[in-house]
Amino acid sequence: MTVARTNCELAIVGGGPAGLAAAALAAELGVETVLFDEQPTPGGQVYRNIEANSRRHDALRDILGGDYAKGLALAERFRRSGAGYEPLTAIWQVSAGGKLGVSQNGKAYLTKAGRVILATGAMERPFPIPGWTLPGVMGAGAAQTLMKASGIVPDRPTIIAGSGPLTYLVAFQLLTAGAPLHGIIDTSEKGLFETGLAALPLLSSFAGDLLKGLSWIVALGKARVPFFRGRNLAAEGVSRLEAVSFDSGGRRHRLPASLLLVHEGVVPNNQITASLRCRHVWDVGQTAWHPQTDKWGATSTELIAVAGDGAGIAGARSAVHRGRLAALDAACRLGRISRTERDERALPERRAVQRENRFRAFLNSAYHPTEAVRWLADDTIACRCEEVTAGELRALISEGFTDINQLKSFSRCGMGQCQGRMCAGTVARLMSDSLKSDIESVGYYRLRLPIKPLPVAQLAELGNADRDSRPLLPVVEGDPSQRI
Amino acid sequence: MFRRLWADDLSATIFLDGRPVLCRPGDSVAAALLAAGVERFRTTPVSGADRMPYCMIGNCFDCLMEIDGQADRQACLVTVAEGMQVCSQFGTGSFGTL
Repeated sequence: MTVARTNCELAIVGGGPAGLAAAALAAELGVETVLFDEQPTPGGQVYRNIEANSRRHDALRDILGGDYAKGLALAERFRRSGAGYEPLTAIWQVSAGGKLGVSQNGKAYLTKAGRVILATGAMERPFPIPGWTLPGVMGAGAAQTLMKASGIVPDRPTIIAGSGPLTYLVAFQLLTAGAPLHGIIDTSEKGLFETGLAALPLLSSFAGDLLKGLSWIVALGKARVPFFRGRNLAAEGVSRLEAVSFDSGGRRHRLPASLLLVHEGVVPNNQITASLRCRHVWDVGQTAWHPQTDKWGATSTELIAVAGDGAGIAGARSAVHRGRLAALDAACRLGRISRTERDERALPERRAVQRENRFRAFLNSAYHPTEAVRWLADDTIACRCEEVTAGELRALISEGFTDINQLKSFSRCGMGQCQGRMCAGTVARLMSDSLKSDIESVGYYRLRLPIKPLPVAQLAELGNADRDSRPLLPVVEGDPSQRI
Repeated sequence: MFRRLWADDLSATIFLDGRPVLCRPGDSVAAALLAAGVERFRTTPVSGADRMPYCMIGNCFDCLMEIDGQADRQACLVTVAEGMQVCSQFGTGSFGTL
């Protein structure tokens, strides 16, 4: 049985590129570091299951490609660093004072950290379309996770719809894996030609990335995967997905399919920073909220920093450097390195972050998700948990609901098991559209702890554990009566 | 709807509603069930609609199942263990342990 850690100098939440890089560097600098992660092995979603996949299965390595393979070095450095590692562990609360609620192996415990780096990464932007709750509709990232984690690929007619590089990467990977890809529906507002023109100034420094993206598209074309530029997508079926319909070229199309993979980019997973009421900003370019951070990733909450995509989407390569910046700052605050050393070591990391930001700015403009995620028919479900439709929300708003939390408590939208993860962004946009007000004044759900559901039994046991964890009396050898 | 790229090492067995499902050690419960052709993981408490995992990384909660007697477990975040008893969750699920 794992022994509950009662405290550590630095707690890191999330084992993706930012968390692994931060943990490795902090531990190397002598900071007592513990990394908590929900997954069984290091890598996050981008480098999911990287260690096992690097050791075996040539087929999977060919499918996932060279960028994925780069995650191994990160995982190895983390393993060597001496950082503590708590996999298969959920964090259900983080307090402003650095206390973490941990749930592991059926037990809950509290641990206190001198500093916390949240590296909770990104999640696929929920893409509400009619029928998106039907079995047979998944995120494209979900299909990629199945490939990475378990070598599982679709074997029935599959359609990929959405916008952004991951749409094409997943399509290419599924094609390579021999999955029956029956169509790609690109929902982005700009055509490939316009996107290509916009990318020209970037050619010298990001030629590799751009050519890589182009090679996916060429391969998909060669394989004659039907390609559409479409909008107003709908997933059709009675009890499961049967077909995908969409507007393209002036008419409505309908393609039979067993699996629809949707992707409209990724958004920061900000559940913890939102629950902490850290200051957040609405990123117009990325159409998403992210916590406001300084150049080290520090938030408006004293002990809490955010590194990687959780602080704003910039991709896996940037996440590594942002993880190291947060680690350097933590090591400085915890007295391991001087400000001068921190600043010097930060220079190459900062340059790398700036470089990645230039490419991200291009991706943001090329794959802006405006129309595709804004168009919400009245019968489209906004909240998957409580099955609240856009029409019900609009009706309440027209009755005078102007506060997102008021709307939440009256409609139950955002009050189900996912605690608003899947609908908060959608509802904020819907409200801001309906009220013709800016999204900042609509704001975000006020979140309640625990941020991950926790069995009552675990909470009950925690009550005892917390009382037991009062400072212990110093133990004196010998006669127990001599203990003071 | 899904297949495994390689079928070696299906050495673990879990039970879905009493029926054995072969899986690879290290699989999440959700991945193992999808590979075995399962499409209905749970039904919703509001309309009773069937649901299947949407995100596979712990955000959507559409993979909620009763695992070893405990309702509301996220099947995509639970690693299979030999002999694990998994039940489809209907509505809010039942809480036998309370």
